[in-house]
Amino acid sequence: MAEPLLQLSGVHTHIGPYHILHGVDFAIPAGQLTMLLGRNGAGKTTTLRTIMGLWQASSGAIRFDGQDITKNSTPNIARAGIGYVPESMAIFTDLTVRENIVLAARSGPVDSARLDWMLGLFPALKRFWNLPAGNLSGGQKQMLAIARAIAEPRRLLLIDEPTKGLAPVMVRSMIEAFKALKAAGETILLVEQNFYAASALGDNVIVMDDGRIVHSGAMREMVEDKNLQQRLLGLSLDAHQ
Amino acid sequence: MTDMAVETTTSSEPLPRTKTDWLPLLLVPALALLALPFIGSGSTWVTLTVAGLAMGMMIFLMASGLTLVFGLMDIINFGHGVFISLGAYATLIVLGPLAGWGQADSVWLNLGLLFLCIVVAMAVTGVVGAVFERVIVRPVYGSHLKQILVTMGGLIVAEQAIHAIWGASPIPLQLPQTLRGAFVIGDIVMERYRVVAVCIGLVVFIGMQLLLNRTRIGLLIRAGVENPEMVEALGYRIRRLFVSVFVAGSALAGLGGVMWAFYRQTLTAGMGMEVMVLVFIVIIIGGLGSVGGCFVGSILVALVANYVGFLEPKLALISNILVMALVLIWRPQGLFPVARR
Ligand SMILES: Nc1ncnc2c1ncn2[C@@H]1O[C@H](COP(=O)(O)OP(=O)(O)OP(=O)(O)O)[C@@H](O)[C@H]1O
Ligand SMILES: [Mg+2]
Repeated sequence: MAEPLLQLSGVHTHIGPYHILHGVDFAIPAGQLTMLLGRNGAGKTTTLRTIMGLWQASSGAIRFDGQDITKNSTPNIARAGIGYVPESMAIFTDLTVRENIVLAARSGPVDSARLDWMLGLFPALKRFWNLPAGNLSGGQKQMLAIARAIAEPRRLLLIDEPTKGLAPVMVRSMIEAFKALKAAGETILLVEQNFYAASALGDNVIVMDDGRIVHSGAMREMVEDKNLQQRLLGLSLDAHQ
Repeated sequence: MTDMAVETTTSSEPLPRTKTDWLPLLLVPALALLALPFIGSGSTWVTLTVAGLAMGMMIFLMASGLTLVFGLMDIINFGHGVFISLGAYATLIVLGPLAGWGQADSVWLNLGLLFLCIVVAMAVTGVVGAVFERVIVRPVYGSHLKQILVTMGGLIVAEQAIHAIWGASPIPLQLPQTLRGAFVIGDIVMERYRVVAVCIGLVVFIGMQLLLNRTRIGLLIRAGVENPEMVEALGYRIRRLFVSVFVAGSALAGLGGVMWAFYRQTLTAGMGMEVMVLVFIVIIIGGLGSVGGCFVGSILVALVANYVGFLEPKLALISNILVMALVLIWRPQGLFPVARR
């Protein structure tokens, strides 16, 4: 089997005095969508931030595309080709939608084909193009945050809970957008609480609990195995359907 | 920079309205108009208003860099006043050999001299700013208490260095020949140098606005003020941006120092420190990190100081604090609060 695009081996992360990640191991194969599930406080966000270098892993190794990026700075990790959509979205509210996108395309102007593709995924952005992004609704901000991550070609997208707080209709259009990204061949690591959304999208699934990986495998396997769902995800399964 | 044109499609969904915040901008004309009946004489009012605008521009020049440094880097730099003093003293480097230009009865030679003073002062303060950032500020990122202590230390060292180089006694400074005196139109009297200061302040403000709103580096600075971490996650090395902004902020303080020095017509090593109270007041009024707010805040404070100084001199000293208190009661985050995470 080919080397996975991203590989975490025994990653520990401390935030100040707190030991948050306790030896996280997983691999993300290229060209697939991997879901990262787990209850609140399991360490999903911390895992993504550690990959981005926003927290420094205290031990263990993170390999991306054959390179050890464990000790790299955040800008260098981004430049290696990782796009990041944080849980807080972190859009620049003072900048217009257009300026947010311009800034996200670091290596040069967005070509028109890519722009059309992006705005085809998120048509709402087109209408608010020259408005300060702070004026957007929550769902539109989320779209902008994702559009920013794909404003230039990336090797891997890390997306943290994009459906959090969205109305069901918005969740559905978000799922459609991810299907389109998948079809375009993007490699995605997606954190999701919503198992309905997760099962509709994921090729693979990783489940975290208490800073550790407690399960990883094919999504299909998990969808078929109700016991596994019950054991790993508990009530969250029913709560979100 | 890209100009991505996207046609706006029509749709039944209402567009969110753009929230342009005009109120703080109206404060300045409102204040000026309010003062008019109290002052009574129209010509006195014009004189006071021009004086206030000139002073406001100079405060803005001295403060604008600091507000960006604070907004972008979350650094409290008490040493900023050094760059004001240093910029002021740097005029001596030019005035020594080119004293003749200042005595000449030619507007162009006089303005040329002022311009050269500004260029040299900005170069000197820019270079010293780069060293200051590297040696004094960089080791204390993340800790406000250490920043206050260490930058205060830097300030004391730099003031002593100025004493060592240029001597401890105040040095008189003469305005170039044609910039002395006043324009008199009817019974309106406007000191020439003040008019020059207003023009320079406006040019710098417009330049900064263009830079911040029309260039990629400006976008980066605005984005960085709001969320430096996300700027890094997009692949930008924000450290370099920090250093450039620190250097630019120091150079702007140097420019403000030159203008301030010719206004006071005296050089003292402590002159930068003396205006720092005003500088901190205007960046707090404006909203930490906001250049536009700093501009409005500077003019507001200076106009009030001039009007009150004329109407009720005893209150002049506390008028700044009063303005700050009123603004903060209205908007606790300052006139133009800058969004942060
Ligand atoms: N800045 C921080 N300082 C201290 N502890 C933190 C910090 N950030 C996260 N933690 C702790 O780390 C643990 C994991 O948090 P994390 O945000 O990674 O969880 P999560 O799986 O993303 O949860 P959620 O589903 O609620 O987003 C939690 O116990 C949290 O309290
Ligand atoms: Mg999280």
